[in-house]
Amino acid sequence: MPKVLRADGMNKCIGCFTCMLACSGVNRQNYSLSKSAIRVKTSGGLQGKFISIVCLACRDERACAEACPSGALEKRPGGGVIFKAQRCIGCRKCETACIVSAVHYDEEENKPIICKHCGVCAKFCPHECLRMEEVDNDL
Amino acid sequence: MIYEKYIRVLYIDMTENKIRIENRADLCEYLGGVGVATKLLEENIKPELDPLHEDQPIIFAIGAASTVFPVVTKTVAMFRSPLTGELGESYAGGRMAMTLFLAGYDAVVILGKAKRPSYITISRNDVGFKDARALWGATSDEVGRIIREREPGGGKRSIIRIGPGGENMSSFASVCVDTYRHFGRLGLGAVFGSKNLKAISIVGDRSVPIKNFKDYFKVYQEIYNRVTDTEIMSKYHDVGTPINIEPLNAVGGLPTKNLRQNVFEHGESISGEAFAQKNLVRKMACTGCPVGCIHIGQLRREFDKGHEYEVISVGYDYELIFALGSFLGVKTPNDILDLIDVVEQMGLDAMSTGVVLGWATEAFMKKLITEEQTIVPLAFGNVASYKKAIEYMAYKENDFYSVLAQGADKASDVYGGKEFAMTLAKNEMAGYHTGYAAVVGAAVGARHSHLCNGGYSLDQSMKEFNKEKIVDTLFAEEKERCMLNSLVICLFARKVYDRKTILAALNSIGNNLTDEELTAIGERIYRAKLRIKKALGFDQMSVKLPKRFFETPSMSGQLDEKIAYELIGMYNKKIEEFMAAENR
Ligand code: SF4
Ligand code: SF4
Ligand code: SF4
Repeated sequence: MPKVLRADGMNKCIGCFTCMLACSGVNRQNYSLSKSAIRVKTSGGLQGKFISIVCLACRDERACAEACPSGALEKRPGGGVIFKAQRCIGCRKCETACIVSAVHYDEEENKPIICKHCGVCAKFCPHECLRMEEVDNDL
Repeated sequence: MIYEKYIRVLYIDMTENKIRIENRADLCEYLGGVGVATKLLEENIKPELDPLHEDQPIIFAIGAASTVFPVVTKTVAMFRSPLTGELGESYAGGRMAMTLFLAGYDAVVILGKAKRPSYITISRNDVGFKDARALWGATSDEVGRIIREREPGGGKRSIIRIGPGGENMSSFASVCVDTYRHFGRLGLGAVFGSKNLKAISIVGDRSVPIKNFKDYFKVYQEIYNRVTDTEIMSKYHDVGTPINIEPLNAVGGLPTKNLRQNVFEHGESISGEAFAQKNLVRKMACTGCPVGCIHIGQLRREFDKGHEYEVISVGYDYELIFALGSFLGVKTPNDILDLIDVVEQMGLDAMSTGVVLGWATEAFMKKLITEEQTIVPLAFGNVASYKKAIEYMAYKENDFYSVLAQGADKASDVYGGKEFAMTLAKNEMAGYHTGYAAVVGAAVGARHSHLCNGGYSLDQSMKEFNKEKIVDTLFAEEKERCMLNSLVICLFARKVYDRKTILAALNSIGNNLTDEELTAIGERIYRAKLRIKKALGFDQMSVKLPKRFFETPSMSGQLDEKIAYELIGMYNKKIEEFMAAENR
């Protein structure tokens, strides 16, 4: 069964940013916060709560993929999308289409950064904020 | 700079609003962090000028492995301390190291003085000098909030700032980093104030391609697993450092009521468990640290009659509970959090504040000072008075508080009571009356902090009292920590970062060092620190230890003054030989 990332334990988040450094490191081979597909931030300074902004793994209809004019975003079995970089023209339509702002943008590469539900961040989250869930194939 | 054979230094001149960047290959032999900062301090310090003269430098540095490995989270600050007049060195976590790394600077040197209150913004492609006139007088929280809204870079940003204590140049004013971390000790906040520097906002938004990803990531994972599997995780994350309150109190090592006692009768009610049960609401971490030792307690406080309440979140840990709790006879978590918050808003070092107030309380009891001077009656456990007194120190309310704001050593010069001014070489003591190694360790430590050489920990692990062993261990540990602090790891993870691990980590990012070279780096750094101390006129043999250390029994029993001085003499001989060996 396919798996998708669930960031539903964010109340336990300590703001260590290990997930972001791991996503950028493993998926982009960069030391970076900007290249991560998951963004952790505070709502209202450090005295506020930590929240994460990452792909929710939409099923059936994916707004980002619908908005893509060049077919660079394919439906991923179970939820979310698979990004085909060679087809992407850098129009940024997916970025605005995602209403949870989970399509981040790599200004250097001029390409979107979209979670591929690989689970690396969940593996390195020390406080069980992130987990992988098995889901049915919706395709 | 990672993968490069140089250290990238950003020089900021606040008088001329000019900057300069130098890529210094020669600094590589100091590795990074405290090594680089020590060398830059040595180059820029002016021994003939006052610590708060505008020509004195502020140095920040990150290390050779900052951010790219777990728990390598600290930034070091170096300066001439207004509290001791000599080597100023302080560490803070938060996001600062990550932002400097991802802005592309290994070190920052700040010189000069702005014409008006200012704050500085640092990013990878710009440095801004901004008007902070309206922020002058703001508490640490307020200035953080305003800059957060004005400046870009949320989530990849670190904001460091001073409160009124720094503006008014209290000798132990702190610099707050990202709300819950601090350059606490030795008065960096006052040096900021002397430069009209209210805050610095740093944005780190570069991406640095990783070389040899496989090698690097293998080492990263090994370290990550050890950090999260071993007991440091539970020790520092679970109840956190306050877990030590109870055991230290039980063995008679918890300085209480200006060290008139070594056991606090209310120790249990201010234990780590008590805080965890009543007040703990969340835990946080510095960037890149999976441990998350920052404990946040919540306090509901009535600010007006008629059930008007505010809820405040306050960071707490062992040293704060000691300084503002047992040392002042304050016996509930709520009262301690209340005091921590005032210290926080005023921007003072919590440890010095508590120890200074301990002296003032006893001096007041002994009628060395009067209520006319203190304005409020000082007594152990009197939280309302302490809250006022902390504000009076930050604002230098009258002549007495102006003196008090210069530390317990200075205050006892003026008003007497030296024998119970609990400082070690002018720096207020830490929360451990564990034995000779704690007292001597801080007296001989380069910056007179308990963390220079961990004497308090040696006292607790040493099976049998042995003079040579104490001196040798303190000396070895001081050098080793110079090396560790050039990385700059959080010392909570020092057991994970053994030599083998450090070498593997450095090698995996292209820094091919050997064990011998690490030793040499530690020694090189320590020698540079000792040179600076000498230039600033420090004389190890003239350090006077307050009698109180030898009146109140320690965890290891009654201490003998003669033995303590003998140990200092032995240590001094050791460093004289150490310095002479270099010239040979
Ligand atoms: S990126 Fe946004 S729109 Fe696309 S699948 Fe994820 S959550 Fe849905
Ligand atoms: S699941 Fe993979 S791609 Fe998605 S945020 Fe986590 S590490 Fe990045
Ligand atoms: S790794 Fe986990 S605890 Fe750390 S920032 Fe990410 S979600 Fe929060």
